[in-house]
Amino acid sequence: MNELLSEFLRGYTETNDWAVIMPEIMMAVLALALLGAEMVLPRSQRSLIPRIAIWGQILVFASAWGLICSQGCMTGAFFNGLIEQTDMTHLMRGFFLLSSILVCYLGQIYLSKHALARTEFYHLVIIVSAAMMLLVQSANFVMLFVALETVTIAFYVLVAYCRSSTYSLEAGLKYLILGALSSSILLFGIVLLYGAAGNPALLASSTDSLNYKELTTFIALNSDNLLVRVGALLVVAGICFKIGAVPFQIWVPDVYQGAPTPVTAYLATASKAAGFIVLLQLVTGPFLGLSSFLVPILSFIAGVTILFGNFAAVTQGNLKRLMGLSGIAHAGYMLVGIIASVYVNWAGYAVVFYLFTYLLASFAVFGVMTLLATKDPAQELKDYDDLSRKRPYLSAVLTFGLGSLAGIPPLGGFIGKLFLFIAAFQAGLYGLLGISILGVVISIYYYFGWVRECYFSNTFEEATAYHAPKEATTDRLVLGALVAAMVVIGLFPAALPIIP
Amino acid sequence: MGFTDSNSYLLLASVLIPLLAGAVLMLSGGFSRSVIRGLAAVGFIAPLLIALNLCASFEPSMVGGYNFELKLPTGLESIGIYLHMGLNGISMPLYLLAGIVGLAAGLYAMYSKADRPHAYLALMLFMLSGLMGTFASIDVFFFYFFHEFALIPTFIMIGLWGGAGRRGAAIEMTIYLTLGALLSLLGLIALYVQTGADSFSLPVLRDYLAAQPLADTVQHNIFALLLFGFGILVSLFPFHSWAPKGYAVAPSGAAMLHAGVLKKFGLYGLLQIAAPLLPAGGADWFPWIVWLALGNILIIGLVTMAQRDLKMMLGYSSVMHMGYAFLGIATFSIVGAGGALLMMLAHGLSVALLFMLATCIYHRSGTFDMSEMGGLAAKTPILCGFFVAATMASIGLPGFANFWGEFTIFVALGETAKTQWIIFPAALGIIISAIYGLRAVANIFYGPPKADFVAKLEDPAIKDLQLNERIPAGVLILALLVIGIFPKLLSDNANLELAEIFDGPSQASLVSATEANLNEVLSEEGTQR
Repeated sequence: MNELLSEFLRGYTETNDWAVIMPEIMMAVLALALLGAEMVLPRSQRSLIPRIAIWGQILVFASAWGLICSQGCMTGAFFNGLIEQTDMTHLMRGFFLLSSILVCYLGQIYLSKHALARTEFYHLVIIVSAAMMLLVQSANFVMLFVALETVTIAFYVLVAYCRSSTYSLEAGLKYLILGALSSSILLFGIVLLYGAAGNPALLASSTDSLNYKELTTFIALNSDNLLVRVGALLVVAGICFKIGAVPFQIWVPDVYQGAPTPVTAYLATASKAAGFIVLLQLVTGPFLGLSSFLVPILSFIAGVTILFGNFAAVTQGNLKRLMGLSGIAHAGYMLVGIIASVYVNWAGYAVVFYLFTYLLASFAVFGVMTLLATKDPAQELKDYDDLSRKRPYLSAVLTFGLGSLAGIPPLGGFIGKLFLFIAAFQAGLYGLLGISILGVVISIYYYFGWVRECYFSNTFEEATAYHAPKEATTDRLVLGALVAAMVVIGLFPAALPIIP
Repeated sequence: MGFTDSNSYLLLASVLIPLLAGAVLMLSGGFSRSVIRGLAAVGFIAPLLIALNLCASFEPSMVGGYNFELKLPTGLESIGIYLHMGLNGISMPLYLLAGIVGLAAGLYAMYSKADRPHAYLALMLFMLSGLMGTFASIDVFFFYFFHEFALIPTFIMIGLWGGAGRRGAAIEMTIYLTLGALLSLLGLIALYVQTGADSFSLPVLRDYLAAQPLADTVQHNIFALLLFGFGILVSLFPFHSWAPKGYAVAPSGAAMLHAGVLKKFGLYGLLQIAAPLLPAGGADWFPWIVWLALGNILIIGLVTMAQRDLKMMLGYSSVMHMGYAFLGIATFSIVGAGGALLMMLAHGLSVALLFMLATCIYHRSGTFDMSEMGGLAAKTPILCGFFVAATMASIGLPGFANFWGEFTIFVALGETAKTQWIIFPAALGIIISAIYGLRAVANIFYGPPKADFVAKLEDPAIKDLQLNERIPAGVLILALLVIGIFPKLLSDNANLELAEIFDGPSQASLVSATEANLNEVLSEEGTQR
């Protein structure tokens, strides 16, 4: 026993692998510290907790940034191939940190309007963020599944966080059942791949058959194997649930509507982004050998997803459902980028760029929704009637956010779409490009319809939305910063150093 | 390739000055009216001064290249996008047009009674900034980018200050124009990917394609994307329905800038990008362009005749006149393209003037319905004079710039046997436009006033055109006359540039052709009336 321990300690001291996941460890410590702080702090001091959560994460972000600046990007495989870091995973870790900071910020606005427990919210958000950071770095299906389950289980709680609201509980239940189903589909796929790759009768079988590298070689040599194909397909299906692609999109509108608005924003941005990065890594990694089999399926999914999301959003009067459905359409555009990445090297970066612009625009829109909400989760289009006269600042922010989502220059969203289109062109995906264009044109109808509602007054009834308390200066600054980032990226895309 | 000199930075300044003036106005609601006007005046006047200055120092010797070239990095070097600006013989006149119409629209808007004037003027300044940028861009990406940048304020202005029925019109316009813009964007990306030049720069693309032209089917497909994409933006029949409705509800500033200048973007794209880079594609689509353009001229011409609403009539007539510009481009000859360019210029000036005068009439009559007016000339002779002049210009009376545009296009059509038959249906359009134009003048200004209108006419508040209306109207009329009498000022440079592009069968010089046939056509016009 002693020998084992000393062996472990020696191994531990000899490797500095832990340093490479320092930000994740710091996040976990921060999350635990919040729970501790709630026990220690007197009730009157509890309002410090959101601040600790937000500033703590900013500190993590800054220190991770500083580390990268001082030592350069560390890339390579760590922990016996459980984790692999690339330029893209570093970018995405920043993405998740940024999104959880913004979610905590929105949460603090939202929670102050509702009598709900606070600390647990921040705790869960930070845990989810740390798990997603690990998720995109995983290079092994075990790591992937553990990280994914951490994310999913925390989300079950977050979606149903507003316990007094039947909508929220309904959303939680739906997310729980469908999430569990998708996790089991994913797991089933992983097991099939594991079994097939571990079969010594097949070429290049491996004893470590959950490792991406091993699987890449194995799948390339056994791409006709039925088990391999079914397994890969099930894994892709499980991920399609996370990104809300058709036909696994059915949960999206209800869950988006019922969940607290900050959680909806989190689901729409970070959770979706994690799914995309995993899919990107799989499609350009282990499943590369299957591309002739997967690309037609993914192309079909992408096309149907774009059309479904846009057409379904057109008639939607509830804005959270609208954001959910239009988010499905965005998932479709990004799927086009994922398919392009099979043929074009830099297409993956185009998807990452799109995710960043989507993050900024979505948080601008959800931020305005959170600030205006009085009787969450109801947020109807008619509540925004003539908003521009009563709340000019917020309606300007909303216009920028929606404009960026619709892909209108000079905002970041346009550049994101431009990169995706160029990549798709280079990959020769003409049909999908046509569908994307159609989708973007349809999306103008509902995005612009929303803006129109803010600026064109037509009815004379008092709308409810602007009875919400006036936004604080901090709120203005945060939203203004998001808008500024959108404009800067739109005018000077190199400000977001993603495209190599 | 030219090198960067101080004039190059003037190009950038013509984009940045209105942008900054607009941004300052937008952010500061609290300024007094005179400060707002002063700031706006700087933003509206500076681009025109710059454009005139650049026009004066334009070096025609740099054919095939660009004057005042400026190339700045944007961070997109990896895919070949630079903020690359400059002017050639084709873009120079349009750049100047943007400056002139911008100033006229701006001066008129500065004294309009719109509520929240700082926001109104700021949005117009943003539009102007985008317009100057569009025509000054050599990089295809920025050419598109600035166009979209100018388009957004149009929608917002319709939303905030538009007339009745703006909800439907604004959304129809937005969806149509987005579709057109995206189709043309796809075409531009296709061009970028297919040439393999890894550059969005127009001269680079041109050199690449000259060295190795694209296969015919590829040209065919890309040309279709550009033709229909740009076509929607220029209200090519049958994709025109957004235009009359949109213009009818748009506030005068937005209508003047959009119909006058921004709409020319699509034609400019066809002239500068599609026609020179994809000649084989253009040849394939030639019959389509001709038939659709005739649709613009004849079908929309008849629709225009049926309008009773003044603004709707102007909207439809602007759709109709675009047909001539399409025909000019469809000839793929120096003369035709030069005619299209003059037509764009002249139409931009005259339609902006007409939209402005329509609003002036509305302020006096309280209606746009022409059948409810009459006899206004007695109360407002100067307004009447301007309106008659603008209508004559729009019909194509010699002496105004429009005449040269239409005339040159007819000459180009007559050059080859393949296109000669088009002259007859196209000339019918001139008669149509004379009918509706003169009838509008008669209905509004002459004849006995309608029963309800008599009482309104007696209102002492009805005054003739005021100074703040006369100056912008005068600027536009002056420009129309100057180009009408000295088309050589602009056409010489354009001619050299176009000769470089279309060194096809028709080598005849635009100016010499027009001069030689001047007398002949004058008598032709005489017999038509």
